Amino acid sequence: MATAALQPRRSIFARPTATTGWYSWVTTVDHKKIGIMYGVTAFVFFLLGGLEALAIRAQLATPNGEILSAEAYNQFFTMHGITMIFLVIMPMGVAFFNYLVPLMIGARDVAFPRLNALSYWIFLFGGIFIYSSFFLGGAPDGGWFGYAPLSRTLETRGMDFYAVGLQLLGVASLAGAINFIVTILNMRAPGMTFMRMPVFVWMTLVVSFLLLFAMPVIAVALFQLMFDRLFDTTFFNVAAGGDPLLWQHLFWLFGHPEVYILILPAMGIVSEVLPTFSRKPLFGYAAVVFAGAAIGFMGWGVWAHHMFAAGLGPVANSAFALSTMFIAVPTGVKIFNWIGTLWGGSLRFTTSMLFSLGFVAMFIIGGLSGVTHAIVPHDAQQTDTYYVVAHFHYVLFGGALFGIMSGLYYWWPKFFGHRLSEKIGKWNFWLWFLGFNLTFGPMHIVGLQGMPRRIYTYPDGMGWNLWNMMETVGAFIIAVATLFFLFNVVVSRRKGREEAGDDPWDARTLEWMIPSPPPEYNFAEIPVVSHRDDFWHKKYFVGPGKTAEPVFAGGADHDEHGTDEHHIHMPSPSYFPLIAAFGMLITAYAVIFALPAVAIGLLVTTLGFFGWVFEPGTAE
Amino acid sequence: MSTHDAALQGPPHHEEHQTSTGLDNTKMAMWAFLGSECLFFGSFISTYLLYRSRAAGGPTPAEIYDIPFTSVSSFVLLMSSLTMVLALAAIQRGDERGLRTWLLATAFLGMTFIGGQIYEFTTFYEEGLALSKSPFGSSFFVLTGFHGAHVSVGILMLLALVGMSLAGRLPQAESRKVELIGLYWHFVDIVWIVIFTIVYLVPTEG
Amino acid sequence: MASTEVTAPREDAELHDHPTPRKYVWIAVILAVVTAAEVAIYYIPSLESLLVPLLVVFATVKFIMVALYFMHLKFDSKLFRRLFVTGIVLAFAVFTIVLLTFFLRPEASGITG
Repeated sequence: MATAALQPRRSIFARPTATTGWYSWVTTVDHKKIGIMYGVTAFVFFLLGGLEALAIRAQLATPNGEILSAEAYNQFFTMHGITMIFLVIMPMGVAFFNYLVPLMIGARDVAFPRLNALSYWIFLFGGIFIYSSFFLGGAPDGGWFGYAPLSRTLETRGMDFYAVGLQLLGVASLAGAINFIVTILNMRAPGMTFMRMPVFVWMTLVVSFLLLFAMPVIAVALFQLMFDRLFDTTFFNVAAGGDPLLWQHLFWLFGHPEVYILILPAMGIVSEVLPTFSRKPLFGYAAVVFAGAAIGFMGWGVWAHHMFAAGLGPVANSAFALSTMFIAVPTGVKIFNWIGTLWGGSLRFTTSMLFSLGFVAMFIIGGLSGVTHAIVPHDAQQTDTYYVVAHFHYVLFGGALFGIMSGLYYWWPKFFGHRLSEKIGKWNFWLWFLGFNLTFGPMHIVGLQGMPRRIYTYPDGMGWNLWNMMETVGAFIIAVATLFFLFNVVVSRRKGREEAGDDPWDARTLEWMIPSPPPEYNFAEIPVVSHRDDFWHKKYFVGPGKTAEPVFAGGADHDEHGTDEHHIHMPSPSYFPLIAAFGMLITAYAVIFALPAVAIGLLVTTLGFFGWVFEPGTAE
Repeated sequence: MSTHDAALQGPPHHEEHQTSTGLDNTKMAMWAFLGSECLFFGSFISTYLLYRSRAAGGPTPAEIYDIPFTSVSSFVLLMSSLTMVLALAAIQRGDERGLRTWLLATAFLGMTFIGGQIYEFTTFYEEGLALSKSPFGSSFFVLTGFHGAHVSVGILMLLALVGMSLAGRLPQAESRKVELIGLYWHFVDIVWIVIFTIVYLVPTEG
Repeated sequence: MASTEVTAPREDAELHDHPTPRKYVWIAVILAVVTAAEVAIYYIPSLESLLVPLLVVFATVKFIMVALYFMHLKFDSKLFRRLFVTGIVLAFAVFTIVLLTFFLRPEASGITG
């Protein structure tokens, strides 16, 4: 809904006006506040998912471990996967999208601020909903991939929470995707053409399109699973003629684009960080952009490589093997571009830079082991072993999470006005890097030795003991590194704050030309963009001798009343997104526990949307 | 620097009308959503195609479908697209009374379709095709049921538009709202065009 | 997408191009006739071999007419058309492959019947 299109009129639906205090956060529609809420929530879930990982590693440290029962282990590894994918890496990406995309394209907010708030609240409630299963009869225990027919027949309520909870998160993602597509296509500052957009914005656009088309597919699979479990339909009931392979197709039709949904935001972050700390423009901007778009496109043609062991037949297997090997090409293009960016640059090894370099190195390892999966006979050996676990942790932890950490250190000054300590940051990075490789490196070896995934314990004498103990030690080192990060956040905030200034890294993109943290309206005057890396060109003339020459933007788009901030109309806060999202939470619980109460949930959601439509455009 | 040239381009607008592409935000969002819905219904229709011949000893499609009945209700839904687009034409020329008439007609046709679907579901159930009877039954009911849910949401939105118009909150200047809900309504209609052909008319081999 | 550069609003042109109510009624008549034809050929035994291709053609015609005229894709921005066509083409492509993997599966045909 175009909030600005609604004229202020007398109404019972007055809009809240608070700009500080907890109420201002609950009703906010400011993309920056929503971005921070996404980040904080995702980090809390990261700690939870990390604790689950530690429990798993403690259990597997020695043969015949007795810390977790088989039932508890199944719940923990399932929840670890669900948490890290849906509640950590995806929303961390969305946190950066939210905070940065409007700033990078020179906009005052996203296209649909209230829809943005709705996305956040649904995400938060979805996460709480899934986690509440621990107290309501057991968490999901059929793997994050929820393979049928097992997911259909597991007897605890866990997989009900899985089917309904992921549905909620999917709604949040879909709404967010539409919001960012429209924002990027429609809200760019004058002169910000597509080929002048920062790579991070490009990657956001590609991810949004992937979400737009992938989310409905998993929605259908989850509906089918939910109907199977709650109403005894026969989608995946083999005895009645259902076909479990259908689940695999639908799941991976979503699941492979999902992989790129997870990694592309990190690639966008790295593409911003490396040029800044190399003091060079990104090498081959157009190639990086097109490679990103190509990955997004080709990501739709490789899903069945997750199903090589399912018996699709040699023709299908060969076709998907070829497409999978081929998708490594644009990925390789990006890696060469990043290396080309570093080449000959005057490098500054800040913590952010180290995490980005770590990303490139670890992602190469994860990417190469990924190509080995593309070879069908090879995959037949690796499938369901720890080798696969090693592979996807190298891309999702060594890749996505390293990129996210790099982004946090890079944009922290912009978010909060002060830098994180570089000294503690270096400890954070090196411990994290060491712990990561110690945990997931040996998994390649035990995997090739044949240690299966998802087993809750293993016998002595298989030759796996040493490696497993190393992995567990590594996992606890990662935990310590994470504590260093938390320590850094607290210490940097309290004593001797390093005030960041607007542009602490001498960076290139528009967000660095405004104060840190940015005012609510972002840009007092909407900038006019004339170059790629526009802020750099505003600071420096290309020519002999780099003299800093401040050139302030002209105002093609400025408010008719002038640039006084009091005349910039920002959308007012609203509590209706929260109400609509809360109705969905009620609906979700009702589906599992008291079907007739679904009506109540839908009613609350409908009322929320009615209030949404009828509330005035501003608080006046 | 070309900043001054850029500053001179175009007269000053109100901010809400100025988008990079010149296209309306809400309309772009609706089209993106409809693109997404193609995958949603594509998944359900594919499931049906996979499962339609798996009757598990229960009624088969050929035995149970009542083509004349479904043809009539399909025709009703098709004509509701006409009344919808006439409602849009009415508000675009400022005819608020005509708008309400055509919106109500559209909602009525939609409700007729839903009524037909309820009757069809009941009949099928009595003839032994339950949701849990067979993969055919499951995929049929869930596909057409989700389509029916979309129609129902559309009816709610149409009635809300009528209410807004009665309250004087839907002047000619806000015709965009009718256009958006119209797009949704037509989409639901073309999904049924596909379902009517693929699910009902194309015979199940073997 | 690259062609949608920063341009001035085109709102006015968009409204003027819309068909008249009269034309809408004519389109609805065509749609009704095609639907009648669909149902009719369903009952003509001699067309059995041609039934499926004909049905597909008729449904496609209806689909395209509603999208072009009632949803105004014929008159609106190309960007909207691309968003929608992307969804349709993607869905058609991936689900064709999905169904092919089922029906061409080496050990297929055991369960169906």
